[in-house]
Amino acid sequence: MDLQDLRLLAPEIVFILFALILLLLDLMVKRKEVIALTGLVGVGISAYINYRLVKMGWLGGVLQDVFLFDGYSNFFKLIFYINLVLTILISLRYMKIEQTSYGEYYCLLFFATSGMMIMASAGDLIVLYLGLELMALSTYVLAGIIRRQRRSAEAAMKYFFLGAFSSAFLLYGIAIVYGLTGTTHLKGIASGLHELGLLNNPITLLGLVFFIIAFGFKIALVPFHMWAPDVYEGAPTSVTAFMSVGPKAAGFAVIGRVFFDAFAELDIQWSAILVPLAILTMATGSILALSQRNIKRMLAYSSIAHAGYAILGIITGTAEGLVSTMNYLMIYTFMNIGAFSVVILLRREDLLGEDLEDYAGLSKEHPVAAALMLIFMFSLTGIPPTAGFIAKFYVFMEAIYSGYVPLVIVAVLFSVVSAFFYLRVVMYMYMKEPGERVELSMSGGMGIALTITTIMVILLGIYPSLLLEFVRASVLG
Amino acid sequence: MTAHQLIFAYLAIAITGLSVMVITRRNPVHAVLWMLVLFVHIAILYLFLNAEFLAAIQIIIYAGAILVLFLFVIMLLDVKDVEMERRFLGLWPAGVVITAILTLLSVIVLREIDVFPPLGQFSIERIRSEGNIMTIGRVLYTRHLLPFEIASLILLVAIIGAVVLAKKRKGVE
Repeated sequence: MDLQDLRLLAPEIVFILFALILLLLDLMVKRKEVIALTGLVGVGISAYINYRLVKMGWLGGVLQDVFLFDGYSNFFKLIFYINLVLTILISLRYMKIEQTSYGEYYCLLFFATSGMMIMASAGDLIVLYLGLELMALSTYVLAGIIRRQRRSAEAAMKYFFLGAFSSAFLLYGIAIVYGLTGTTHLKGIASGLHELGLLNNPITLLGLVFFIIAFGFKIALVPFHMWAPDVYEGAPTSVTAFMSVGPKAAGFAVIGRVFFDAFAELDIQWSAILVPLAILTMATGSILALSQRNIKRMLAYSSIAHAGYAILGIITGTAEGLVSTMNYLMIYTFMNIGAFSVVILLRREDLLGEDLEDYAGLSKEHPVAAALMLIFMFSLTGIPPTAGFIAKFYVFMEAIYSGYVPLVIVAVLFSVVSAFFYLRVVMYMYMKEPGERVELSMSGGMGIALTITTIMVILLGIYPSLLLEFVRASVLG
Repeated sequence: MTAHQLIFAYLAIAITGLSVMVITRRNPVHAVLWMLVLFVHIAILYLFLNAEFLAAIQIIIYAGAILVLFLFVIMLLDVKDVEMERRFLGLWPAGVVITAILTLLSVIVLREIDVFPPLGQFSIERIRSEGNIMTIGRVLYTRHLLPFEIASLILLVAIIGAVVLAKKRKGVE
């Protein structure tokens, strides 16, 4: 083993070090602001080291390529850093309102994120699995962190059981592939499948299907989405924001990595499996969201639908398609956390603020909050000039280039359906008479988070090449 | 059928049957005791694969430590109440149908097994000459160093999670 290699692990090592520091800091410091701030510093340092390593051009694999430090993983790590920073910013006030202001909360956010980082960098199925478990275990606890709340505990239990079930599928898939090729190494699997003539073997296909089930669970593809609405509704809203973006992006990261590296030659097969799943996902997400009165539940179904759109880029099986999916995920991060931030704004000690009725007439009393929600809803629908339009546009374009015209037509149709429930929120805010007076729970961190997300949603909508060129550079080199 | 296949067939069928026994028992104590038998069978399977160390670990850690913990937990809970409740949804028929379909599919797929993956570097001879523990230790601290470290983090998160979820405390700071 070459110790020099370990420098490529430096971002993760520093990151995990900070997770441990946060854990210990909780013993000494009473004010949670200090812990949150230390956390933000930790993210900053880790991201800076990551940036320096990239600048010095030290890309490559670590420890016989079980851990890959490349443009692909670094792009996903950027999503995870942004996700974590925004979540910490919107959490501070909210967790106090929920009377669950624990220091461990931030520590667990860090561990979940480090799990995602390991997943994105995994070059070996064992590392991938362990990263996934690290992420999953932390998010199970985060979902149930409001102990005295029934629905929070229920969310954690459901997520835990179904998550453990999906892990079993992943392990079975890994076992099958290992049994066939004698290796857990992604590159080794690709060459093994090729050299041993296993590409048309039904057992290989069985292994592939198990991988799709396991990863489909993490990104909430229908029919593996059952957990999502209940868990998203029951978990604390800040955690919902965190896990509707982070684990989803991490799921896409491993899908991209495993399918494009290990099963690259089976792209016709996995595309054929993913196409019906994508259609089902878009349909279920869009149609079931129509009947939701609870805004968190609605956003849960919306996030299911978005996974259906984002997977289109993967289905193409091309590097350009992968770029469009990654572009989608980055934009989705900003607009989704933005939308959840506004939901958190309405939460007060005496008001849950999750019902659609709570938004009635919001524009009259809080024009700024209503305007921000309007931007995020437009973006989630995919109306120009917001970033959401760009995200969908590139994914659809890549799918058309690869010849999936009917699939794109279906996707556009469901986008139109989804406009109904996104714009209904806007309608409630602007065209209904206000009910009871709603006070916003504004805070400094929340202000920063809302500013960042709003600016990014508009900026990336107007200058899409800003992000797109960056994604291209990180994937295609 | 050779003796090897016979032993393996017995272990495979027994392990499946025992797993079913574990999840169908109403009395948790019975379930745990069936699990004990299950673990012993798995240990024999390891022994059969020339992995003596794993077999020993299976008995000591799982059968010895973890099951005892299980029993402690069950005794701390009030078992009688749980026992009386009607558990399991009435989904048995659906479960049986799905299992039957899956079994059929597996049989079709498994008939195609005629692949012989390349043998790994850890042949029986090599393990005999080096010893189980040395081989595992060497692999764990070289090739699988990173996974080993990540696993330690998972255990840490499990401890933190258990404390966060179980500890009674005032929520307000």
